[in-house]
Amino acid sequence: MPETCIYIARSSAIAARALAGEMMVMNSADSTFFTLNEVATVIFQAADGHTPLREIVRDRVCEQFDIDPEQAQADAEQFVSELSGHGILLVSNQPLASETP
Amino acid sequence: MISTPRKVACVEIGGIPIALSTCDEGFLDLLRQRYDGFLSSSRPEFELEFDLTSTGPVSDDDVRVRREGYDWLLERGDFHARWDPRTGRGSVRQNANPYSLDSVLRILHSLILAERGGFLLHAASAVCDGRAYLFSGVSGAGKTTMTRLAPADITLLTDEISYLRPSAEGYSAFGTPFAGELARAGENCTAPVSALFFLEQGAENRVDELSSAEAVRRLMRNILFFAEDQGLVEKLLATACEFVARVPIRRLTFYPDARVWDEVHNFARNFAGNLQEVPEHA
Repeated sequence: MPETCIYIARSSAIAARALAGEMMVMNSADSTFFTLNEVATVIFQAADGHTPLREIVRDRVCEQFDIDPEQAQADAEQFVSELSGHGILLVSNQPLASETP
Repeated sequence: MISTPRKVACVEIGGIPIALSTCDEGFLDLLRQRYDGFLSSSRPEFELEFDLTSTGPVSDDDVRVRREGYDWLLERGDFHARWDPRTGRGSVRQNANPYSLDSVLRILHSLILAERGGFLLHAASAVCDGRAYLFSGVSGAGKTTMTRLAPADITLLTDEISYLRPSAEGYSAFGTPFAGELARAGENCTAPVSALFFLEQGAENRVDELSSAEAVRRLMRNILFFAEDQGLVEKLLATACEFVARVPIRRLTFYPDARVWDEVHNFARNFAGNLQEVPEHA
C-alpha cells in the first residue's frame, strides 16, 4: 500500500517573525501567540505546500539535527497536528498553494 | 436652514495633534476639562467630528475595529466611528460620556501608531533622572501601586496606558491623559525609554532577565490593539520584536513598599554604567 503523503502550508492569517533564533508566530484571527523551537522553525519555514512532510523531515530536520528519523517524523506529525488545530498550518494529502507571499 | 457652527479643541497626545469638533458646548467643555494639559495650538494632523447620541452608560460590549474599503470602522455599544486614514478625517457618534471619548481616542491613536512603529501599552510609566521607566502587567499586577509608591522627584506619565514611539535613541514614552485607578492624568512630556519591567508581586524585590521570546510574548499580551487586520498584526509583531531588541526588558518582582524604587534606581545606575551591554536578552 502506498504511503500517504502529508503536505503542509503556512496560513495567510498569521504573522511570523524570527528573533534570537526563535520563531514567533501570531494568529491574527484570535491573537494566539506561539514560540517555535529550532526544529519546529525548520518545519514551519519549509511548509511551502508542495514538499511532503516526510521529505522535509528527511532533508531538513535530520540533516540539521542529530535525531532519530522515525522519532523526528512522529514529532513532526504531532507538531503539525497541533499547529493546524490553531490555524497556523494548513494540512492536506494533496499539494497545497501556500497562502503566504 | 443654518447649521450650528462646530467648535474645535485640538488635543495633542504623543506629539500627534487631533482636532476634535462638536456643536455641543457642554461636550466641548467636557473635552477641554478632560484633556486639560494636552490641549494644543499645533496644526492638527487628524480630525474627528463628534455627534452626540442620547446619554447612556458605557457599553460592556467588545469593541470591533475593522476595515470597510479604505475606512476604519470603530464600533462598540456606546459609539460608532468611521475614520479615513487617507484624509485623516473621521466622524464619531457616541454618548456624551468621557469614557467613550477616551476609548475612541485610544483606538484611533493605536491605529495611527501601528503605522508609525509605535504602540499603546498597558503600563504605568514615569520619568526618573530624565529617562522613562515602564511598568507593565495584567490588571492587579501593581501598575498603580508602583506610581503610588514613587518618590516625589519622579514625573508620572501615566498609571494605565503608556504611549510609545520609535525615536533616534530607541523609543520614547509620552505622557497620556488616560488614567487608571489613580484617577490622575499624566504629565504632558516625553523621555527616552530606559527599561520596561513586567510586574509581579512577591515577598522580596528582585530584577530578573527575560528571554527575547518571553519578552515578546508578554509585550504582545499587553499591547492595546483592536483591529482585525492582517497587515497591521504583522506590523505590530515586527514592532514588538524591534522594541525587544532595542529596550532592556526585565521581570520586576516586588514587595509593595517604597523600597522597590531602590531597585529601579539601581537598574538606572547600572544601565548608565553599562550602556554597551544593554539591551541584551538571554
